[in-house]
Amino acid sequence: MSVRLSSHRSFWLGAVLTSLLIACALLSFAWTPGSAYEMNMDAALQPPGSRHWLGTDAFGRDVASQILVGARASIAVGLIAVGIGLAAGLALGLLASARRGWTEEIIMRLADFTFAFPALLSAIMLTAVFGAGMVNAIIAIGIFNIPTFARITRASANAIWARDYVTAARACGKSRTAITLQHVLPNIASVLIVQATIQFALAILAEAALSYLGLGTQPPQPSWGRMLSEAQTLMFQAPLLAIWPGLAIALSVLGLNLLGDGLRDLLDPRLARTR
Amino acid sequence: MSIFLLKRLLTLIATLLGASAVVFAVLEILPGNAAQMLMGPDAAPEAVQAMAEQLGLNQPAWTRYGQWLAGLLQGDMGTSYAYGSPVSGLVWERLAVTVPLAVLAMAITTALALAAGVFAASRHRRWGDVGVMGLAQIGIAIPNFWFAILLILLFSVKLQWFSAGGFPGWSEADGGGFWPALQALLLPAIALAVVQAAILARITRSAVLDVLREDFVRTARAKGLSRGAALWRHVLRNAMIPVLTVMGLQFANLLAGTIVVENVFYLPGLGRLIFQSIANRDLIVVRNCVLLLAAMVVIVNFVVDLLYAAIDPRIQASDI
Repeated sequence: MSVRLSSHRSFWLGAVLTSLLIACALLSFAWTPGSAYEMNMDAALQPPGSRHWLGTDAFGRDVASQILVGARASIAVGLIAVGIGLAAGLALGLLASARRGWTEEIIMRLADFTFAFPALLSAIMLTAVFGAGMVNAIIAIGIFNIPTFARITRASANAIWARDYVTAARACGKSRTAITLQHVLPNIASVLIVQATIQFALAILAEAALSYLGLGTQPPQPSWGRMLSEAQTLMFQAPLLAIWPGLAIALSVLGLNLLGDGLRDLLDPRLARTR
Repeated sequence: MSIFLLKRLLTLIATLLGASAVVFAVLEILPGNAAQMLMGPDAAPEAVQAMAEQLGLNQPAWTRYGQWLAGLLQGDMGTSYAYGSPVSGLVWERLAVTVPLAVLAMAITTALALAAGVFAASRHRRWGDVGVMGLAQIGIAIPNFWFAILLILLFSVKLQWFSAGGFPGWSEADGGGFWPALQALLLPAIALAVVQAAILARITRSAVLDVLREDFVRTARAKGLSRGAALWRHVLRNAMIPVLTVMGLQFANLLAGTIVVENVFYLPGLGRLIFQSIANRDLIVVRNCVLLLAAMVVIVNFVVDLLYAAIDPRIQASDI
């Protein structure tokens, strides 16, 4: 089985699943098969059928519609949390790599220090302090993306700074800022894109866990994590309710991870050969 | 080695001190004061004031921080607002659930991951490899609390082999016992382990593949060692460094994961205590528990660093 073929395959499967996730979220703005918000006690806990594709929950809300709308929360959290982590982590990592010495030491020790706190624990603490809700969940998840991006940026940037063409550029009198922007950044972009895809997947998992605990997205806004916690109380009556939201999370995360892996292999063929 | 050890120990202490300061500072800005919370929203302001005084909340923050640290050094974590009992007692009780759960989960993770990783590497690019790595890819994507729910659906709701949650306790006097307690921890441990094992199996596979290319493996095979013997005696030992590093990092995730999984199974562990204490605004409990979890993470990674030298004699103190 050729590696190129398998990385293409995982890239395409990942791309399809990720597009599906985005399509679900976009579609939910225009159309849903039923209502994700409207309660109808007469139609509570219906099994999957032609009217309600995935059945209804304890309040008679259409599960398929809730899954579609729930994709929005996952994407919003992923995008913004990765955005926060990438922006701050990239800046810190580039700074550490360009200045070296004490700046690098301080930034990296701070990053090490943050790793002492399991991210989910810190997110739970932060959402508990500042109040449960999607915005606080996004910020909490975003903050803990910063050290990851700072580390990977610094490590890859240091490798670029050691190259001969950078030495040549410095000899020609280019400033550190100019070298960072013109040589370092374009060369580490692929590593960052891959890491961003993986962090996106992790953010979706973290949001789901926070929402499951009741600290993330608040009702009536549907979210996959909270749908699971509601389904857990009804496991004996309606076990299927506990299947769909989990499947949605797992497929989204699987898609993003495959996309990340595929991208890494395609963007960096040297790595692909050793794997 | 001793200078290296001393340096690492100092870093460890500095990290723990920093962690305590961060935890204290973050919880200082928690809205809603504990006295108000305990007395209820309708309490008279004077009564709340008196309560705050009794709890020592009117002292400046740095005094309280100092008292907390001084107490910790003597093993005194203070008194819980909500439970009215010493925090250390509460925490010890909960650790009897969380630590066995984490250790059991880590043991299952290691066994699954090493077996799957070595198997996949030995079948490199054949169907066994592709199949195991495909499964690992799916394992990584599954949220541990959903997997926990699926396990409950299968083993508790459908087959009724296990109870859906709760913890009978370790002592037979409380109606529990060693085996019932272990049984109650088995499903949560599997839920935690499968996701971690999926990640670790990938690391193990690529570490083993890297070592398989080394000359000494060819030598071992050339002198007549069987494939399996070479794999277990020479390759695995040398592949352990990256595997151990990731295991150290995973332990942090595992501890965080216990918070969620303990909630799925209604296990009275540290995670559930933190979660309930946050809801109760029981600050003293929260900050001690969070610091304790952070300390466990830091200490485990410290031990992993020390293990490097034990596994690979070439690694000297100066390299780390």
